[in-house]
Amino acid sequence: MSEIGKGAMLCLNHVRKYFGEKRILQQVDLTIERGEFIAVVGRSGCGKSTLLRLIAGLEQPSEGLISINENDPATSGSGHTRVLFQEARLLPWKTVLQNVRIGTPGKDKAKAAEALNLVGLSEREDDWPHFLSGGQKQRVALARALASKPTLLLLDEPLGALDALTRIEMQQLIERLWLEQGFTVILVTHDVSEAVALADRVILIEDGVISLDKRIALDRPRERDSGFAYYENLILNKVLGREEPLFQRTAGYTI
Amino acid sequence: MSKPKIKYNFWVSPITPWLLPVVLLLAWHVLTVTGIIPANKLPQPLQVVKELIVSVKSGVLLDNIAISARRALLGFLIGGGIGFVLGLINGFSSKAEILMDSSVQMIRNVPHLALIPLVIMWFGIGEEVKLLLVSLGVFFPIYLNTFHGIRSIDRGLIEMAKVYGLKGLDLYKEVILPGALPSILVGIRYSLGIMWLTLIVAETVAADSGIGYMAMNAREFMQLDITVLSIIIYALLGKLSDSIAKGLERWLLQWNPNYSVAKK
Repeated sequence: MSEIGKGAMLCLNHVRKYFGEKRILQQVDLTIERGEFIAVVGRSGCGKSTLLRLIAGLEQPSEGLISINENDPATSGSGHTRVLFQEARLLPWKTVLQNVRIGTPGKDKAKAAEALNLVGLSEREDDWPHFLSGGQKQRVALARALASKPTLLLLDEPLGALDALTRIEMQQLIERLWLEQGFTVILVTHDVSEAVALADRVILIEDGVISLDKRIALDRPRERDSGFAYYENLILNKVLGREEPLFQRTAGYTI
Repeated sequence: MSKPKIKYNFWVSPITPWLLPVVLLLAWHVLTVTGIIPANKLPQPLQVVKELIVSVKSGVLLDNIAISARRALLGFLIGGGIGFVLGLINGFSSKAEILMDSSVQMIRNVPHLALIPLVIMWFGIGEEVKLLLVSLGVFFPIYLNTFHGIRSIDRGLIEMAKVYGLKGLDLYKEVILPGALPSILVGIRYSLGIMWLTLIVAETVAADSGIGYMAMNAREFMQLDITVLSIIIYALLGKLSDSIAKGLERWLLQWNPNYSVAKK
């Protein structure tokens, strides 16, 4: 698996988030190991994106504590967290290479070119983002995110808008780079099969709480075999409430 | 069968936009030479050309153009500069907007040329009149478009910039200004039109030099050809400044598919 030690460690302690009266996250306690690949799944509006935004520091928790790298002050600092959004969010007035340079410390051109090479887009460095396809734009965004060698990469459904084939390519690219560089990844997705394909651990959020935390004990690269289907069904059943115990419990509440 | 290859494309030729002006010019010539339009209503084009040569030789014309251009430019820089800065401030800060925007909107709805009697009483026919009026006229389009440009920047890009640690001047230089630029350039283009319009009016009623004065002064001596010459010069100057603004758009907005000519 990935190299241990390069990635960030993450601790969420009794984290809650309200927007006015509305409780988005009830209570989240979560520890993420260095270099782990976590997928957070759930229905839309369950609070999974909010969780990611809290970790990214784009929003502050109403209660609780989020600590990144608490054991190792040397590598702490939000400068090592990078986010890949659902849209590529490239600056349209900068060329591909200039966009990647934003992600490097001190706008380093060589590092930017290197990152662009990692995602296989070196030959497009002088193009305007407008001339790239959706998948290429996300690859540039990925290069920008990786250019500073982050310890924590947050992915907010970055593949949601891509076509099926490009999506698989991107998944493989992300997995490969993660294995090579050993950063910690949190991937938010509504696609259970994507979560099972990529993650060490899949976390299901329902109504603002973690309702499932499942380790995926499958070898990489993952084949879509019976083991894969097992995990996929397990998680899907839980999401869709098709699970046996759920019916029993529901019945139990009826007086 | 051999088809003749079409080399000349009417719709992309740079000559095409000038066809209509040339036709109008020819019509003007024919109508005045034949006397259908009498000479005391409209001079012949050739007479205007003769007047052009005379006034260029005497230096009067170029002097007046220089004076007018200087006023236009200075007024544009002052009014446009203030409009740009105020647009930036109010675009950034909702507090500043609350404080100032309604006042700006009230003043905007007063036609600035209605202030002519007032400013003549203040400054006579001094340079201040022209500068003040041009500045005021130019101010609003640039203010509004800068403000709008900043407010309509994609929030996602600003959020992205923050994740990447862009702050203060960098954020402004890399994200906010380029993002607002298309809108600002629309403001500039629009205000250039207002700039000439205001200057013509101001020079016509309150000046002792400049092209507007030249036109108005010629009226006193019934020098129709000079008046018409002045009007044509205004048209050409307006076209020139619009072309400069257009070139600026094409150069600064290369990244934008709506402006870029061709880039592979």
